[in-house]
Amino acid sequence: MTNDFIIKCINSVVKTILIAEEEIEPLDRAIGDGDHYINIKRGSIAVQSIESELATLTPDQAFKKIGMTIMTSVGGASGPLFASFFLALAKEVSGESSLQQFSKGFTSGVESIMNRGKSKLGDKTMLDVLIPVSKKLESLANEGCEIQKLIKEIDLVAMAGVMTTKDMMPSKGRSAGLAERALGHIDPGAKTCQIIISTVCKELK
Amino acid sequence: MKKFINKTDDFIIDSLKGFAKAHDDIVALNLDPIFVTRKEINPNKVLLVSGGGSGHEPLHTGYIGKGMLDVACPGHVFTSPTPDQMIAAVEKCQPKSGILFIVKNYSGDVMNFEMASEMIEFENQTVLTNDDAAVINSSYTTGRRGVAGTLIVEKVTGSLAEEGGDLSSCKELGDRVNHRCSSIGVALSSCTIPAAGKPTFDIGVDEIEFGVGIHGEPGRKREKIKMANHIVEDMVSAILRDFDEKSLDLKDPNGIILLVNGFAGTPSSELYLIYQAVTEKLKEKQIQISRSLVGNYTTALDMAGASITMCLLDDEIKRHWDSSVLTSNLRWGY
Repeated sequence: MTNDFIIKCINSVVKTILIAEEEIEPLDRAIGDGDHYINIKRGSIAVQSIESELATLTPDQAFKKIGMTIMTSVGGASGPLFASFFLALAKEVSGESSLQQFSKGFTSGVESIMNRGKSKLGDKTMLDVLIPVSKKLESLANEGCEIQKLIKEIDLVAMAGVMTTKDMMPSKGRSAGLAERALGHIDPGAKTCQIIISTVCKELK
Repeated sequence: MKKFINKTDDFIIDSLKGFAKAHDDIVALNLDPIFVTRKEINPNKVLLVSGGGSGHEPLHTGYIGKGMLDVACPGHVFTSPTPDQMIAAVEKCQPKSGILFIVKNYSGDVMNFEMASEMIEFENQTVLTNDDAAVINSSYTTGRRGVAGTLIVEKVTGSLAEEGGDLSSCKELGDRVNHRCSSIGVALSSCTIPAAGKPTFDIGVDEIEFGVGIHGEPGRKREKIKMANHIVEDMVSAILRDFDEKSLDLKDPNGIILLVNGFAGTPSSELYLIYQAVTEKLKEKQIQISRSLVGNYTTALDMAGASITMCLLDDEIKRHWDSSVLTSNLRWGY
């Protein structure tokens, strides 16, 4: 994990988010309140705009800076959740951290999202992608799995996680008021996380 | 989308600048980060801080002033403000008697205010408003939404804070008012978030959304439009059932505050027509309307529609509702 790689990922995530509007935005219009995509876009652009500053930092400092930037620019539900993820991740990684260290940080980031949002698996949220991904990532990293195999598996787990939200009843966020009416709809936060994870996986290929 | 806009990104800031200029006898605007305070800050009283996504004006900036809020932190349209806004605002005010945050119960608002609350050094408490009766409580919900009842909470706690009430009394009163408020909304059309450029939801020309939220979130059901009296009948029933579930008796001789609130796309003639229909329903039920408010007080951008809020009074709430207030959008007694 180097800063060059983090910056490379940020740039391609921003690029992907910008072209994914048609994929994400209708999901939020269906069961949310229509601000999810706008917030994610604003956050990604804000993070991209500090690229030159990130280049001068160590990875842990960079993750912290990313977390603070998201915290002060995004708002909504996505802001504190993504910010908590990066702030917790920053505490677990150091210098040129190993995959194992990163996967531990990833899990700690996901736990921090669970605490901040008081949510768990099965609530029809981003966690339905993030929890399975963090578990898979940690076990593969501990096994010393070969990187190409790892990214392929992570990509699949993320994709499967998104699909599970389709048949869930919501209990968090603004779709919670909808109950049955949200059935059959994919959660926009879960979709966004899957897109980001898949993009980072591609960068590793 | 057809709106008065210069640049989408500048929508809120352009509007806030105008608001602050138009009411420069009452408020002051801070730009980076964005927050609005009273022009003259009294650091000795409990500081009342609210905020939330923009698009509900006059909530909350329009309720800053003597007898109501001290600070409001507006976010982007329908998006909660970020913690740095609240932190900077309270640091500027340096309150000596603590801070009461008044926050509408939405995940984003709750989390951002929670982060701010953890990061500031001043003693603080939070009142979460959740007066929307549309969201039926079940194991599938995190709770009800905060809607137009919020302004009643702001007015009443604002009065107590103004006369020197301490933080815990303000918190207790705020929670009590919230518990005694119940609201339900109906949308006739969608709203359009400027940055999105298209309507938040699709609705047929002959359809209404019953139980809609103030962000155009879907409510309880989609149905065909019918005579106003019949729509109002359903709305009143939903509210009465909610009070029943809270075990609060609306026939109390103190009576209620009846707030008929427009979402901004419905003219006042229709709001008064709704008010009339509600009074007839309440007469049948022997519920006394002691105080009334009709107008656009908690809006949803350009959405057509309205909400009804009832707040069951007691002596203390009535006294604080009646006390003088001087804000840009609510003022009496001065």
